[in-house]
Amino acid sequence: MIRVLTVLAALVALALPARAEVQIEEVVSPGGIRAWLVQEPSIPFVALELRFRGGTSLDPADKRGATYLMTGLLEEGAGAMDAQAFAQAREGLAASLEFDAFEDEVSVSARFLTENRDAGVDLLRAALVEPRFDADAVERVRAQVIAGIRSDAQNPGRVAGAAFDAAMFGDHPYGAPRQGTEASVAALTRDDLLAAKDRVLVRDRVVVGAVGDITPEALGLMLDRLLGDLPQSGGGDVPPAPHLLTGGLTVVDFTTPQAVAIFGHRGIRQEDPDFFAAFLVDHILGGAGFESRLMQEVREKRGLTYGIGTSLVSLDRGELVMGQVATANGRMAETVEVLRAEWARIGEQGVTAEELDRAKTFITGAYPLRFDGNARIASILVGMQLSGLPIDYIATRNDRINAVTLEEANRVARELYRPEDLHILIVGQPAGLESAPAN
Amino acid sequence: MIRALVLGLSLSLAALSARAAEITDFTLPNGLQVVVIEDDRAPVVVHMLWYRVGAADEAPGESGLAHFLEHLMFKGTDTLAPGEFSATVAANGGSDNAFTSWDYTAYFQRVASDRLGLMMQMEADRMKNLRLTQDDVDTERDVVIEERNQRTDSNPGARFAEQRRAVQFLNHPYRRPIIGWRHEIDALSKDAALAFYEKYYAPNNAILVVAGDVTADQVRALAEQHYGPLVPSDRIAPRVRPVEPPQIAPRRVSYADARVAQPYVVRTYLAPQRRPGDQTQAAALTLLAELLGGDSATSVMGRKLQFETGEAIYAGAFYDGSALDPSTFGVTVVPAEGVTLEAAEAAMDRVLAEFLEEGIDDAAFERLKFQVRAAQVYALDDMQGLARRYGEGLTTGLTVADIEAWPGVLQAVTKDQVMEAARSVLNMDTSVTGWLMTEDAQAGVGQ
Repeated sequence: MIRVLTVLAALVALALPARAEVQIEEVVSPGGIRAWLVQEPSIPFVALELRFRGGTSLDPADKRGATYLMTGLLEEGAGAMDAQAFAQAREGLAASLEFDAFEDEVSVSARFLTENRDAGVDLLRAALVEPRFDADAVERVRAQVIAGIRSDAQNPGRVAGAAFDAAMFGDHPYGAPRQGTEASVAALTRDDLLAAKDRVLVRDRVVVGAVGDITPEALGLMLDRLLGDLPQSGGGDVPPAPHLLTGGLTVVDFTTPQAVAIFGHRGIRQEDPDFFAAFLVDHILGGAGFESRLMQEVREKRGLTYGIGTSLVSLDRGELVMGQVATANGRMAETVEVLRAEWARIGEQGVTAEELDRAKTFITGAYPLRFDGNARIASILVGMQLSGLPIDYIATRNDRINAVTLEEANRVARELYRPEDLHILIVGQPAGLESAPAN
Repeated sequence: MIRALVLGLSLSLAALSARAAEITDFTLPNGLQVVVIEDDRAPVVVHMLWYRVGAADEAPGESGLAHFLEHLMFKGTDTLAPGEFSATVAANGGSDNAFTSWDYTAYFQRVASDRLGLMMQMEADRMKNLRLTQDDVDTERDVVIEERNQRTDSNPGARFAEQRRAVQFLNHPYRRPIIGWRHEIDALSKDAALAFYEKYYAPNNAILVVAGDVTADQVRALAEQHYGPLVPSDRIAPRVRPVEPPQIAPRRVSYADARVAQPYVVRTYLAPQRRPGDQTQAAALTLLAELLGGDSATSVMGRKLQFETGEAIYAGAFYDGSALDPSTFGVTVVPAEGVTLEAAEAAMDRVLAEFLEEGIDDAAFERLKFQVRAAQVYALDDMQGLARRYGEGLTTGLTVADIEAWPGVLQAVTKDQVMEAARSVLNMDTSVTGWLMTEDAQAGVGQ
């Protein structure tokens, strides 16, 4: 049993690892497709990471879940292969192909052995370019998606996340679950899936990272083979998201021994010059590990929870500073009290020089530690590109962290943490708490 | 394929080692066993200390003690204040954590490789010098209760699994939850934790695994410096747990919970584990789980129940042979809409019977063997995973030679051996069949 749960899947691009020894080269294929590559010939395989910008947010309002279902069907039959033939081919090559759809991206993670890489690439090409969306496969995967939606509806953490998103983002795609709803998924047709594919699986939306046993020349040829037959462009722009939630507390009644709270308000964009300062301050309040103020106050001193954390969520079209905590219904009121006090304290008084130094040491020291696998590095390479970071970012990143002064950190803390705007959404039956606007 | 439906069942094929990585092992004079896995691709090191003690070594009535002690190990020593261990790791840019299972308790840090000595110094310190205050113990017990709330009591699938396990093992302590029964966690004391600590935490009951950008010589020198002075315990006894009596009756568990959105049926059978020098049957079961219920589109259960009849939205099999004592082999079916659990169980039984009759498809077996080989290549990309395999193997009774032999043992398994293992393990008398139900369904099916 792991002692601490990862409280939030951090979307923060600053968590991007980096290490001076990593030699990233930009590759442009003969057909004009760009990619970032790290050559690592010591193990005979290559990890390839593709991200198609836009993700499930490209779904029209009446087709929620189309991109998610489409993505789930890419490996369920392609070209001359039905779903079973496709799976047999993948197993026969011992290739690994994973597809997923998120708010801002469709992701494809692949690993190919050097000894049969060309055949592996052909297989992935078929999935991306010629997926079949056979009727039986559509119904099979649709049933899985709907079962997942029903399970989420019984999971207090998922219920809380969905309710917070809906309240914060309203009718914007970020306000709806990426899987869609049971009704919207039930209504999707094969044509909807084809349309979803043509919106997102297009060349001008893709970013590419590759790490492993491959040369730039071979990568270029591989990318033309893999992506050259996709349409050049498609889909529309995702509008900026409104941030509708105002300060207060919402209780969603749910029978469970332990209530779950999601809390936060509008945050800061990753492109903002103050983002590094915000990242440091957030780390001090609720970042990973046991050292944050919230872990110390809520868990270590009072034993109120197994884990509490915060993060800066910088989406393409919206931004939040938010966190999560779970505690017994009878102890949620005390937890909320501590949380509000800490939110106000960091907003009003900022952080100390010592805290800032400790955060810098951790963040700069942790920075090279994530470069420990081809697939991880490939994921970092696409993350950097999606964030618009320069190819030499790695070499300067720690300097930028270290350059943040105490004055900057505390100015940003004052601007970022606004107790009057903090909204706490609780799923459960917390004793002594009921829905109320901020006072 | 939708991964959320996989019900947390893991694929044990990945439990491979790879000799292509540079691996060295040695033992210090005080009995501390050391394994070094060299990988210089990043300036990082993973430092893991594994103890040969877990939840199955607790005394009756003290369930959860091994895990509770794991939490308390972060509470300070003669020279470190409570929380200072993790704070020091963080101050050096690293991260740390720990985990407990039935057979082991392990502590680990990920840090820049030039900080390895500091990690060893602190880890050796808390092997002998743990200091606990009553306040720290009481607060941490509350944290563990919340952990149980979060992991188990908020999750009907986890509560169901806990009940099934308690019924699967009639006598062996694997029947207990690692985190402990709630009423027994409530009663765990500081004295009990310290007694457990004194009894089991010693260099001759531990395994040090270091993986990353270091050489075996560097690790040896640092280990001798920091761990070498620790005095071995003369109280480490062989790990003999109560043995299962012959299991002679199939058991059934049905659990209904208003929070269940997706009912399913799951059956586990008592199954042999990997044994030192004798891993063939476990290897055959590992391949059996893949053939029967690995990939949905190609496995026997997935093909027949998801693709041919459509009775299931998911069907799978699972087995993990990494255990000191006999473990379980399992199969599960998540029925499609409109299919009852009774029908799902009948379909599962039908497919198992057909498999025993029809045997293994040649092409499928060949593909599986190729995947086993490829898994060795991919394993080299994950040093922390490799470190974990050594720690887990050595704390569950295997030797380094067994761990290194495992890919070869898997590769050498024949179809006949898989079928023989299947006939032996799929024995209803040792089985527990569970139904996880919605509350509405319970009314309809009686028991």
